[in-house]
This record gives sequence, structure tokens and C-alpha cells, in this order.
Amino acid sequence: MRAAFPFTAIVGQAEMKLALLLAAVDRRIGGVMVFGDRGTGKSTAVRALAALLPPMKVVAGCRYGCDPADAGARACPDDCRKGAKRPRSEARAVPFVDLPLSATEDRVVGALDLERALGRGEKAFEPGLLARAHRGFLYIDEVNLLEDHIVDLLLDVAASGENVVEREGLSVRHAARFILIGSGNPEEGELRPQLLDRFGLSVEVRTPSDLRERVEVMRRCDAYERDGAAFAARFAGEEAAVLGKIARAAALLGKVTMADAVLETASRLCMAVGADGLRGELTLMRAARALAALEGGRVVTAGHVARVAPMALRHRLRRNPLDDAGSGVRIERAIADVMAPAGPRAIAA
Amino acid sequence: MSDAARAEAAATEAAATEAAASQVRWADALSVARLFARDPAGLGGVVVRGAPGAARDAWMDAVRAALGEDAPWRRLPVAVDDERLLGGVDLAASLAAGARVMACGLLAAAAGGVVICAMAERMGAGTAARIAGAMDAGGGFGVILLDEGVEDEGVAAALAERCAFRVELGALPRHVIPGLTRDLPFSRCDAGPTEAGRSRVKPGMTDIEIVRASAPAACSEEGIDALAQAAAAFGVRSMRGPLLALRAARAAAWLAGRDTIADEDIVLAARLVLAPRATRMPAAAEVESDADAPDDAGEEDAPPPPSAPDTPSALRAPPLEGEEGNAPLGDIVLEATRAAVPPGVLAAMEAGRLARAAGARGGAGALKKALRRGRPAGTRAGDPRTGARLDIAATLTAAAPWQRFRARSPSALRAPPPAGEDLRSSPAGGGGDAADGGGARLRLRREDFRVKRFVERAESTTVFVVDASGSAALTRLAEAKGAVELLLAEAYVRRTQVALIAFRGVTAELLLPPTRSLARAKRALADLAGGGGTPLGAAVEAAHGVALAARARARTPLVVMLTDGRANVSRDGAPGREHAQADALVAARLLCADGIAAALIDTAPRPRPETAAFAAAMGARYVALPRVDAGAMRDVVRGLDV
Repeated sequence: MRAAFPFTAIVGQAEMKLALLLAAVDRRIGGVMVFGDRGTGKSTAVRALAALLPPMKVVAGCRYGCDPADAGARACPDDCRKGAKRPRSEARAVPFVDLPLSATEDRVVGALDLERALGRGEKAFEPGLLARAHRGFLYIDEVNLLEDHIVDLLLDVAASGENVVEREGLSVRHAARFILIGSGNPEEGELRPQLLDRFGLSVEVRTPSDLRERVEVMRRCDAYERDGAAFAARFAGEEAAVLGKIARAAALLGKVTMADAVLETASRLCMAVGADGLRGELTLMRAARALAALEGGRVVTAGHVARVAPMALRHRLRRNPLDDAGSGVRIERAIADVMAPAGPRAIAA
Repeated sequence: MSDAARAEAAATEAAATEAAASQVRWADALSVARLFARDPAGLGGVVVRGAPGAARDAWMDAVRAALGEDAPWRRLPVAVDDERLLGGVDLAASLAAGARVMACGLLAAAAGGVVICAMAERMGAGTAARIAGAMDAGGGFGVILLDEGVEDEGVAAALAERCAFRVELGALPRHVIPGLTRDLPFSRCDAGPTEAGRSRVKPGMTDIEIVRASAPAACSEEGIDALAQAAAAFGVRSMRGPLLALRAARAAAWLAGRDTIADEDIVLAARLVLAPRATRMPAAAEVESDADAPDDAGEEDAPPPPSAPDTPSALRAPPLEGEEGNAPLGDIVLEATRAAVPPGVLAAMEAGRLARAAGARGGAGALKKALRRGRPAGTRAGDPRTGARLDIAATLTAAAPWQRFRARSPSALRAPPPAGEDLRSSPAGGGGDAADGGGARLRLRREDFRVKRFVERAESTTVFVVDASGSAALTRLAEAKGAVELLLAEAYVRRTQVALIAFRGVTAELLLPPTRSLARAKRALADLAGGGGTPLGAAVEAAHGVALAARARARTPLVVMLTDGRANVSRDGAPGREHAQADALVAARLLCADGIAAALIDTAPRPRPETAAFAAAMGARYVALPRVDAGAMRDVVRGLDV
């Protein structure tokens, strides 16, 4: 297996990279949806993120990836702790599960272990992809082409953080908290609004239009194809720096404060663009806080809010495909309105 | 020289030019075959357009020969299911072993070789996405997509995008082919591995292995610049275009036995990879295509993401300063690419066909449950004897928990089960445990059977018939417009087609033929003015025509009529309320006789029984909406649209 394409080697696509970093800093943001043209490096970026994440501690040998520090957690179906207060732990790479479009319900939620059932007559549960994705990432490429019943199932688990299996005489429940990352091309089918809303952030990527940028993309891909290891080594320093930044930001996150005035700005922004539901406000707040932490700040400013607003709200606007103005433009207008209340509001009145 | 002779000379010359063009085309096709065979996985694939025939067979033989006998060469059935494609449970082996045995999928079996997809234009978006996913994940195979589509049919964009080459074999005259094949024996072009690579080549290696062993040829900065510039100049938006071109140049260098990519490799790659992807012509041709461009963009390719207005001009990046003058390679590449752009591409662009073909696939229409056809959509308990397809893995899964119980329960065995109630497979693994009541026997019961469900796409066409007459205009036209806009927006999401007919004065007018283009629909609605008589009969007749045309294209039509029902102009244009009403009733019965689903929304402030009777004659569901907003109207229609 050759080295993955380094995250920091991706040319341009600043918004997508920022969104992925924010999701890595604060998983409560709730995942990222990447929409875009073909050949823009969507999949490359998301896969590269996996290589960036620091390893996590799990109870040794646990099939459900239980956190040894989390003693209050719901009992693991395997009872991996065996009653021990400080169970033996092992380091495991943060799971990055690539959900194939062809995944069946069995593979996603887990199923009866057929081998044991037929061979030994035992009723045993074989964990599925959701168990593997616990505390990590669940990536769905071309999410808009996924079967509806799988989408419903994912939504349910993503919202509850728990996978409940009641089938084939099995009754199993286990924790499954993961960050959904979807990528897709809207030309091939729209995503249902319910699923879209579930993604915390949404970014749109375009093919680079600047010739220099395009040449640089080609140079890097060329170098990577010719010698992947050497190319990865070239970016090792930058990769480590980003990794450190994520870790520091995650540690700092709890200390970042947000003034009431800034919160109010965020709410007003959501109202101005007519974002449905409260999820917009919550995501906006969390994303702004993650951004502040990522930049080493302890106070969230209105500037932070404005910078994450497009990605946090873009997909929550009331749908009106007949409106010529893109959702990005509508949000920018709202930002201008809300952040400088005196001028534009007077005109509107 | 007589006129006849001159004409004959001209004809001969034209024929000669055409013959020369065909020869170039075939030679290019053979170059593609050789390049692709060198590096199938790296180059992704080839889209081969054209009906099956001698040209295609000869071309396929060429690829096969260049690829070598040992390389996998797998043909993909048109309606391949996921188990076959990606691997799944091998039933025979599973039963024999008493454990789940996974079978290797077609794609995995093709690693290091080529997967051939016949009738690729019929491939579902899901299958295409799965193949594309396998390619991205390093499946190690290349694809040949045999596209036999006509007009705007085409290969799924997700796959076409990942294929380096497009080969047009459709209109090649037969005589070009065998001669050229003889003229270009492959042995002569195969110079073998490079100096650097040769040391790593061991006897008995296949061509593919030799390619992998040899060091990739280096490319000059100038070559990369030239490819990037050419891609930008010809409007190749995706980065995959120039990247695949670079890869093709590398394969070309390898074929010629070079350690570095030479200028001619770059030129060849640009011709073969970039030219077929061109969406615009640079420089000279740019002026005239630009003049039409803004209009066409707005009209034909309604940008699917509402917030992403297409800006082809964004790609029109200026050349790198200072490099333009002294970069002849760039110019050479541009010229070569220009000459190789298929003549039909720009015409197709202007007709919006390219954009449409990209967005046409993968839409979700109304779903129709089918027994055996279509896309697999899970399983359910059921009897396979009714014609449904048995899902073996799910059946085994359902039976598994009960095996021990069934083996031990004497009553279950003693009671003679009805026919087909209790099936036992023979103990294929041998050595059943007698004390355990034959533990290796699999006891299947009818309730264990799981059958596959399939979903077939049946796309629908909704025909909106909007009353824009004076009587309606005053009261409800704006609301009707609002409702239609909302419905259009939804239809767009679900990829149903929408047509719009407005009637006023003496005729009904088809404002919008069935389309998915929002921009056009929006414009048609905006232009809709109110006033004049109510030619209800003509409206029904027009809707009838559109619905029948939709049905002829295997779509399910639904007519939604918004009117106050006060007909006062008959189909022949004569005024008179009574006559017009009778005339409308006749038209309505004709529509009903054809069994076209319809709905009538009565927009009159005070609904009248006559309108309900009219709806009944049309076989339409009648909904009176005396006081509603556009949203409520949408809800009603949504309820009708099954």
C-alpha cells in the first residue's frame, strides 16, 4: 500500500480543507458534506484527512472500539472491560470507514454471524460498519446515490449515536458516534433535505480556474505518482504541523468563550437567511468556536462567525431553486446586513 | 473540362479527403489501443462509441493483442448485480463448507487487466458509481465502455470522466480497417522497456508487469505547462483531463523506449485525451462561440446546483506571462489539439447536448416495483416460486438461528410437511453428526425464503395546464404561477419532467415542452400574461397530445389542470359559453378514454358543480381550492402525484 496523498499537498480548495479541519477539531459539529464538480480532489482530500488524525485509545481487542477512559459508557455488547475499572488499552488509528454504495443493511448495522450460526449453532452478532466507525469517520462517496433505506438508517444512528439491532432473533445495541462525511456531485441527483440538514458543514468545491494553480496540481500529482513515498516525505513536516494544530485546538476548545453579542450576531444571521430549525445556530456556534481554537484564540469574534457562516448555513436555506442568486450570495448579503446593521437595514426599511 | 467532369473531380477529391480523415481516425484509435494496453489502470479506460461491427471488433482485437493473452479480460453483463460485481456469497462453496464463503467479484478478478462494459449507455448510475469507486480505490483495472447510444444517450458521466480516451468508431468505412491493421503491426511499435527499466524486467513478465517495473518517465516543466494550458484553452474543467493526458504521455514515452517524456508524447496525449474533452475552441473560434454562449448557458444547461452558476469564462485564464512567446510546445499542443477536436463537439455544445448528457443520468423518477427487473433494492420474505429471485444469502441467514432447534425437534420432523415446506440440502461437507440429528443438514422452511426486490425507474412527466384567461387571471393566476414554480422546483429534485400549457384567448399554447430545465420553465412562467377568453376544450386537447407523446417515450404522464372551469371559447375558436362547455366535455372524455391520470384544481372563488362534472368526465381528481396560497396548492398536487 503506497502512502496516502498528503492533506497539506492539496492545492487550493481552502474552504473544503478548513471545513474538514473544523470537523476534526470538534466532532459535535456533525460532519461535512462536500459538493462539487468532478475532478476537484473531493475524495482525495477526505481520504487524506484520515492520515492526519492522531491515534486513539481503545479497550484492548474490543470490536466496538470502546474508550477505556469512558467508564460511564453504556455497556459494550462484548463486555470488553470485564468489570475492570482500568482495562488494558491499545492505541488504534482513528477509524476511517469508507461506506461503499453497495453496502447492504447487514454490512452497515451488523448481522447474525452466519459462520458461527451454521457451524456451531451459536447465536452471535457480527458487528458491521457502524461499529467500526465508532469514534471515527464514516465516509460516503457519491452519497446522493446511496439507497434510501440505508440513508434512513444512517440518519437514525447518526442522530442517536447508538446502533440498535433487533432482527434475526438478535437484540444488540452499541454506541456508534461518528462523523459523517459525504461527497457528491449534485448533477447526479439531489440529496434529500433531511439528510443534507444532518451534515454540520457543507462546502462546494470547484475546479481550480487559475492556470498556475492547475499547473501546480499537475506537478504534485505527477510527483506523487512517480514516487509516492518521497512525495509524502516532502510534506511530512507540514502534516505534523497540522496534526499538532488539531490536537492543540481540541484541547483548547473547552476554554474558548463566546460573548453574548457574538451569539446574538449568529442568531440574527440565521434568521436573516431564513435557515430552518435551530441546527443552523448550533452548528454556526460550534464551527466558530472550533475556528477560534484552531487559530489559537480563546475568544470567538464576529469575524470567526462570518467566516464559517457560508459553510454552516449554505445547505439549510429554505430551498428555492428558482432564485437566481446562489445560496452563497444570499449568505454574504445577510452577513453584510447583520454585521453592519445601520446602513443596509435603513435602506431595507 | 465540362461541368460534369469538374463535379466528378471535386467529388473524388472530397472522397479522398474523407478517406484520409478516416485513416487518421483509425490510426488514432490504434494509438489509443496501444497506450491504453500499456497502463490500463492508470489511464482509466476508453469510451468506444459506435455500433458493434467490424471496426469495433478489430479495435478490440488490437487492445487484446497489445495487452497480452495473460492479462484478465472480463466482460461485464449489462444488468450485473452487486454480488457479481464486487463479490458476494458463493452458495455452493458455502453449503459445502458450512460457513460463508465469499466469491471474488468481477472487478477484483479483472485486476491488472481490462473490464469490458457492453451497452455502457444502459448502465445504471449505481453500477457506474461502484465501478468508479473501485477504480478510485486502486482496483488495478481499466475499463472499455462500449457505448452504442444514439443521440443524447451516453455513458454515465462518473465513468466517462475517469476514462482517458474516447474513440469514435461509428462512421469508419469498412475498407480502412483491415489494411491499416496490416500496415501497423504492433511488434514494430513496441520498442520495449526503457534502458532504466530493462534491468528490472524478468523473463516471463507480462507487459503490465514490465510497465510497473520500469521507472516512470520524467516530464519536463514545459510539458506539464503545455498540457495545463491546452486543457484550460479548450475548456476542460476537470483536473482529470490534464492529469490523464500526462499519464498518456508517459505511456507514449514508454512505448517509444524513452526515459523522459518527449514533446511528441505530449502532443499525442493532448490530441488523444484533451481534444475529445474539449468544450470550447480557443482563439479564433472563440469569438463566435462567445457571442452565443451566454444565451445558451442560460437556456440549456440549467446549472444543477442552484448556487453554482457555470462560469466557463473562469477557465479562460491568461497564459503565463513571459512564457507565451518562447513556449512553442504550448502552441504546437494547442494546434494539434484543435485539429483533433471532433467536429460534432462544438455543435453539440451549442445545442446543450453535452451538458444535458452529463446531468441526464441518475435522476430519481417515480419508482415502480418490479419482480425481476431493475435495480436490486433489498430483500423481503416471499416465495421464490412466484417468479421473484431468491436471495440465497438472506435465506440462509434467516434459517441459520433455527438449525439446532429444527434438528432436535422431533415433532417438526415427524409431522409430514406440506410440499415444499421443508427442504434439505444434501450434506455436501460429509460427516454429519448422527447424534445431533444430522447437524450438517441445512433445514430450510418456507418462511425462511427471502426474495430480492427490484425497483424499476418509471419517470413521469407532469403536464401543467394553466388557465390564463381573463376570468382566472384576475383572481388566481399569480397563485397558480406560484404553485407551479414550487412544483417545478420539486420536480427538478425528483427529476420528473415538467411541461407547461397556458390557455387564453382562442388557443392553448405549449409554453414549455417537457423539460427539466428550471431556467426555461421560470422564463416561460414569467412571460405568462393573463386575459382573454377561456378555450378549455383546446387546453384539454393540447394536454392530451403532450401526455400521449410522453407516454410514447415510456414515461408516465400526469395532467394537472388549474382552471375556474368557465369555458367560453370552443376548439374551433367560436365564442359561446354553452357550446364551449359541451366542446370541452368531449375533449375531456377523449382524455379519459386514453386512461391518462389527471387532476383538476378548481380555482374559482365559488366552485360550481359544472366544474366537478367536467373533472369527472376527464377522469380527473377534483379539488376545489377557493382560498389558498401557493403552498397549499402544491400540497394538493403532491398528494396526487403518486
